[in-house]
Amino acid sequence: MSRPAGTAAAVLLAALLLGPAAQADDEAARIADVVRPTTDFSKAEPYELNPGGAATSFGPLNSSAFSHSSANMPFDRELDFKVGDGIFRKLWVSSPSSTPSSDGLGPLYNARSCQSCHLKDGRGQPPAKGEPAVSLFLRLSVPVPADAPEPTYGGQLQNFSIQGIPAEGEMAIAYEDVPVVFADGERVILQKPLYRIVGLNYGPLHPQTMISPRVAPPMIGMGLLEAIRDEDILAFADPEDRDGDGISGRPNYGWSEDSKKTVLTRFGWKAGQPSVAQQSAYAFAGDMGISSRLARAGWGDCTAAQSACRAAPDGSDPKEGVELSDKMFDLVIFYARNLAVPTRRNVDDPTVLTGKRVFYDAGCIGCHRPKFVTRRDSAEPEQSFQLIWPYTDLLLHDMGEGLADGRPEGAAGGTEWRTPPLWGIGLTETVSGHSRFLHDGRARSLMEAVLWHGGEAEAARQKVLKLSKQERDALIAFLRSM
Amino acid sequence: MKTTLRSLALGVCLALAVPAAGAGAASEKRAVIDTYADIAQAIYEDALAGAKALQKAVDAFLAKPGEASLKAARQAWLAAREPYQTSEVYRFGNAIVDDWEGRVNAWPLDEGLIDYVDESYGKESDENPLFTANVIANPKTVHGGETVDATTITKALLSETLHEIGKVEANVATGYHAVEFLLWGQDLNGTGPGAGNRPWTDYAKGKACTHGSCDRRGAYLKVATDLLVDDLAWMAAQWAPKGGARKGLVEGEEDAGLSAVLTGMGSLSYGELAGERMKLGLLLHDPEEEHDCFSDNTHNSHYRNVVGIRGVYLGEYVRSNGKTVKGPGVSQLVAKADPAVNRELRAKLDKTVAAFAALKKRAETVEAYDQMIGEGNVAGNAVVQAAIDALTDQTKSIERAVAALRLQPIAFEGSESLDDPAKVFK
Repeated sequence: MSRPAGTAAAVLLAALLLGPAAQADDEAARIADVVRPTTDFSKAEPYELNPGGAATSFGPLNSSAFSHSSANMPFDRELDFKVGDGIFRKLWVSSPSSTPSSDGLGPLYNARSCQSCHLKDGRGQPPAKGEPAVSLFLRLSVPVPADAPEPTYGGQLQNFSIQGIPAEGEMAIAYEDVPVVFADGERVILQKPLYRIVGLNYGPLHPQTMISPRVAPPMIGMGLLEAIRDEDILAFADPEDRDGDGISGRPNYGWSEDSKKTVLTRFGWKAGQPSVAQQSAYAFAGDMGISSRLARAGWGDCTAAQSACRAAPDGSDPKEGVELSDKMFDLVIFYARNLAVPTRRNVDDPTVLTGKRVFYDAGCIGCHRPKFVTRRDSAEPEQSFQLIWPYTDLLLHDMGEGLADGRPEGAAGGTEWRTPPLWGIGLTETVSGHSRFLHDGRARSLMEAVLWHGGEAEAARQKVLKLSKQERDALIAFLRSM
Repeated sequence: MKTTLRSLALGVCLALAVPAAGAGAASEKRAVIDTYADIAQAIYEDALAGAKALQKAVDAFLAKPGEASLKAARQAWLAAREPYQTSEVYRFGNAIVDDWEGRVNAWPLDEGLIDYVDESYGKESDENPLFTANVIANPKTVHGGETVDATTITKALLSETLHEIGKVEANVATGYHAVEFLLWGQDLNGTGPGAGNRPWTDYAKGKACTHGSCDRRGAYLKVATDLLVDDLAWMAAQWAPKGGARKGLVEGEEDAGLSAVLTGMGSLSYGELAGERMKLGLLLHDPEEEHDCFSDNTHNSHYRNVVGIRGVYLGEYVRSNGKTVKGPGVSQLVAKADPAVNRELRAKLDKTVAAFAALKKRAETVEAYDQMIGEGNVAGNAVVQAAIDALTDQTKSIERAVAALRLQPIAFEGSESLDDPAKVFK
């Protein structure tokens, strides 16, 4: 895996900035005890039903299962949650308009509202044949200087635009079959996507342009992931694989617009963003062309080379100088932090417990860490000091050439991806009406997603290939109970 | 995700029965729940009668399209809306209502799915692939690589295929607002005066037809109206003496029933009406953010919501025919448990109704609701904010009433906070 220069320094710097751990020793010991992965698969663990701790939602497990608020949210915050939801659903319009609070769209964009990609607050998917991509887009960059946006097209390809400004182009996806055979002879055909960009409206791309497809992730549990202490993430990091288990686990670091310094980052497919707020601000800017206090350019992702785009009217409020007012921004962040993880199902079912054992034995938990306890001083009280079960370590891992995008992001190399959380994954079909997984939705089922794992997960994958049909079904039953 | 329901954190839908001294004997609680179910039956029967009258008016209009018959259909829609909006206090506390609600009252909607829209509407949108599908003009549309056959407009096409197609909630194909759009058309006046103004000739026969596909538009209107009647008939039956909704309540724990009443009052007041339907629009100053946006009927629709909230608390509902359904309300139980809380809540419910009456009056005499929330309209904004404040304020008293009745949230398995370390950490 590639290691951009400066990473080690960033690690050291961040370690110094983290400061002393606030946890008392006895509490730290109790937490260590409770987050230790179980070895008993005869029954469900205490609280396993509540992957989001007391914030877990027990609302109806229908297509709105990802849209409930933290169950421990006091009633008097419900209004803010609902208004935040409204902003999340808000369709932005171009400027100038009769509704100055809702304008500022674009000029280039991928979607007109948050909800357009995060349908039902769920997972996006690749476009159907012949339809434009919405919940999947392409990140663009060039190698030098590191992480630099493509000089003309910027940091991502926007396939929509306001009237009078050309859109940038369209992604075209071709698929190629990749057969995989289990030890017992069962065959699975994976489909490997190949991306191209067609209909470029601003001239050719830089010859060294790197492309990374990104699908919209589900919105649940973001506030809880944010509330995991840096120390607890770093405790699992093993960048040089000193324990020799073949799994490194590297933290990513990046710039925080809020604290104006380099910090541990954890959000996004390559863990490029430090917080719910910054991740959201960049999504508003890059995906919709909406500026906010953390991303102030009214033109969004238009580059200097796209002069008409930069010159188009923006929808900034004259007082605040941004299109998404601070008040609206805070409400939508509050909403995003409090979208609850739904309760698990069937945790005591013998098949599910067998699948859990298979998952643990195969080594999946080497990256998909089952449990954390969140910090006490979380941004919102709902996420404070909860035992949570995200099944992620929030670290980067080499996932092999099959999944590689070849495009670095911060400390993340071209074959590395951040372990995504698994909570709620079993409700994907219920909520989103599809079963497309991984960073670009290439996997058409949970088993396909498992089989795409390579690199540091190759050993686990080999174990899965040797499982009996019954064990494989149990593994999927376990994932579906998430 | 607008139809998402969040139960009161304080009541969490179901309540644990705690013997409450002075909070009313069993028979009294039972009587309160009976009244609540009786009122539901009456409201949904009125809503059904309203929908049937609308159906009659729509049939008459389609048989003989004209200015007068369109006006009559619109009047029938406005009248039908009143009892339905009063019924919304039965949401949130009753799962059966919540599961069904999206069929009749889903909102907001991307009207371009259904029919033609103004040019200003659709130039820059594609994230909802069916944003401008215009089913009325296009018997076949492609979605997700599959062709949707809309050659014949049927109930199943609207309610099973098109409604929320592609998981896009704004793809609303059925219910009051679909019918409203077909009767009024888009309101293109922004925050200026005026509602939607669809010409009757959109339904004219032969050469007089405007905007094309008048036959299909008429068929859509007819089918959507018929569906509304079916859906309301189903819900009215649920509250009849042997209906599922009534049986669930009457045969369940008494305190669970009382909790359903108060959960509905609280969640409609606070999250739904004050938050989603009012505060958001006021914050954005966006005329599209009004509940009955085609007909400019939002003031009535909001007003009937708060009348409904007060009604279930008092145990009183005035039917469309002027007769009153009356019985013991939750108010009586709270009065026994804590008279001061009861007085306070009644006063606040009255105050809220008064604030909404003022808003309604302003809509009838000065300016429409979408103008009130316009940017820079200080007086109009203040009237809307006062109504929101009244709802917020009454919600606090609803919480006190819950406490007075000692209705406690059910303790879900293992949902305790980790702040109870004795339980979590051995």
